Amino acid sequence: MLHRWAVHHNLLVAQEEVVDMKETIISVEHLVKVYKMGDMEVHALRGINMDVHKSEFVAIMGKSGSGKSTFMNIAGCLDVPTKGVYFLDGVDVGKMNKDQLAHLRNKKIGFVFQSFNLLSRTSALENVELPLMYNIKISSKDMKERSIQALESVGLADRAHHMPNQLSGGEQQRVAIARALVNDPVVILADEPTGNLDTRTSVEVMSIFQQLNTKGITVIIVTHEPDIAAYTDRNISFRDGRIQKDILVEKPRNAAAELLTMPVLTAEETI
Amino acid sequence: MKLKNQLKAALRSLAKNKMRTFLTMLGIIIGVGSVIAMLAIGQGSKESIQKQIASLGTNLLTVYPSASMTGGVRLEAGSSIKLTIDDYKSLASRCPAIMYSTPTVRTSGQLIAGSQNWRTSVWGVYPDYFNIRNLDLEKGAVFTMMDDRTANKVCIIGQTVNKYLFGEGQDPTGRMIRINKIPFQVIGLIVTKGQNAWGQDQDDIVIAPFNTVQVRMLTVQYIQSIMVSATSEKQIPEATDEITQVLKERHRLGPSEDPDFSIRTQADIASTATATSGILTALLASIASISLLVGGIGIMNIMLVSVTERTREIGIRMGVGARGRDVLLQFLIEALMISLIGGFLGAGLGIVASGVIASLMKWPVTITVQSIILSFLFSTAIGIFFGWYPARKAASLNPIDALRYE
Repeated sequence: MLHRWAVHHNLLVAQEEVVDMKETIISVEHLVKVYKMGDMEVHALRGINMDVHKSEFVAIMGKSGSGKSTFMNIAGCLDVPTKGVYFLDGVDVGKMNKDQLAHLRNKKIGFVFQSFNLLSRTSALENVELPLMYNIKISSKDMKERSIQALESVGLADRAHHMPNQLSGGEQQRVAIARALVNDPVVILADEPTGNLDTRTSVEVMSIFQQLNTKGITVIIVTHEPDIAAYTDRNISFRDGRIQKDILVEKPRNAAAELLTMPVLTAEETI
Repeated sequence: MKLKNQLKAALRSLAKNKMRTFLTMLGIIIGVGSVIAMLAIGQGSKESIQKQIASLGTNLLTVYPSASMTGGVRLEAGSSIKLTIDDYKSLASRCPAIMYSTPTVRTSGQLIAGSQNWRTSVWGVYPDYFNIRNLDLEKGAVFTMMDDRTANKVCIIGQTVNKYLFGEGQDPTGRMIRINKIPFQVIGLIVTKGQNAWGQDQDDIVIAPFNTVQVRMLTVQYIQSIMVSATSEKQIPEATDEITQVLKERHRLGPSEDPDFSIRTQADIASTATATSGILTALLASIASISLLVGGIGIMNIMLVSVTERTREIGIRMGVGARGRDVLLQFLIEALMISLIGGFLGAGLGIVASGVIASLMKWPVTITVQSIILSFLFSTAIGIFFGWYPARKAASLNPIDALRYE
């Protein structure tokens, strides 16, 4: 195993020409997050430095408690760091107030959660429309068109009017991905997107991420499964609030190709 | 978020919990309904009191001679004989604020018609008396000033007198009665007036020309009182001033000397009665508003439950870009919808309830537009007031905590 600085250096050298052309989407420096639990101080992040460029597909790995979810929440503008600088698409997030953070979440970020977090008793289409609802510049007609487009790109156009409880876990997660896509974000952040899914649906979801990534969308996922991380281009490992490893994946797995060889489970077997 | 979408979202989330929404709304429905019904009852009784007072003649003034004092003994007001027909004439000619006026004398008499007899008071007045008191005749006609000048023996009787002398529903016109042995011809019957505000039977009366009573029955020179009506209710103080001035002058009293007569108006009675019923209305309405307040607390309670229940939804909405104020508005609109729809249904309930009360209890009921508008404003205010705190609570949630909420 190489030292992380060496890895980082190699990465920079290897990508030097490319890096110059590709804009930086996420750039964090000395990111620190301390939670106060009563009298205890929990150091979730102890100084993270990282750059993510456009069109990268990054997996952040680590055990629970390593700080990867905390990092994701800060990257997703859901939480603010205790110390450090975070630039998202050239904007200094640390200087934003609550409303501006909401605006950033709405415009620049698509968030996918482990537990899907769809609104219950609300159709798939309306769930996908939700981020557009908070963008008053979009007309109802555009809203519908774009939402249907987003559902099409995750292969769920025919389920637009289904309620979340009528959809399988994989389908729910695909609706959530469509919701993350619909506002044309600069980056999609997915926190353990396959955590609640079986192997085949996990691969399905990864194939959607890969498809989106080939279209040029930057994707960052958090996972603790090395199998899942193998579908991405770059793996960053967290440990105790620090980056332990940052490596490029030599040959990422191809989810779409693997799906073809995987047996389709029947309904009984799924249960 | 656009208002249209906000309204749609609010309606949908209210529809998700129909029973709960309805029960919460019920508090407002009952509150608004009872406020409207109570105001209607209050307003109705106020109007009926005002109508009664108006039937006495609201712009009525009566001039009495003051109590005379003989050797330090004060006698009853009106017992002196200081008003004369000349006093009346100068009032009638010199006071522009007076519309109608009449001198009055009054005596009591034993009435005999055939085998029946009855004792009642007999008033001697000018024909204007009927205008002053708003008296209408059911049968016959009012005597004329010519009857007065000739002291003609004609009279007009009230319903009670008619009942005892000729029988209820009989037409007494043209019949003869004897009052204190003097024969009178009945020429008119007054419409039923019922009791006045003090329980006096206003139909137990005989009215005859002034001169007839003064000269033929009482054989006196003085007059007992002067009744006048001001040109309008607002002119009452003006008329009072004019009468005071003219009579003081005629009685050779200086402006600073106490008058030897007194003027009574219905205005103080009217204002007291109106104020009393106003207090009653306020009392009823304030009791009813308490139920509206309780309804408001119900809204607050259910909205607080709703915010807690939907913490995750709030987290999701914030996660995809809802600002605090979007969430605030969402919950505020829900609270407002409950109170406004409740207010609307409550107004309907109030109108129906007022109608039922009016027909079952035979109470006078008047629904005013103001009371409906007031209830609407009140229920809107309650929606905002009691919806604000839960909405504020929802809006101040931290997105990350809200998303983690189980």
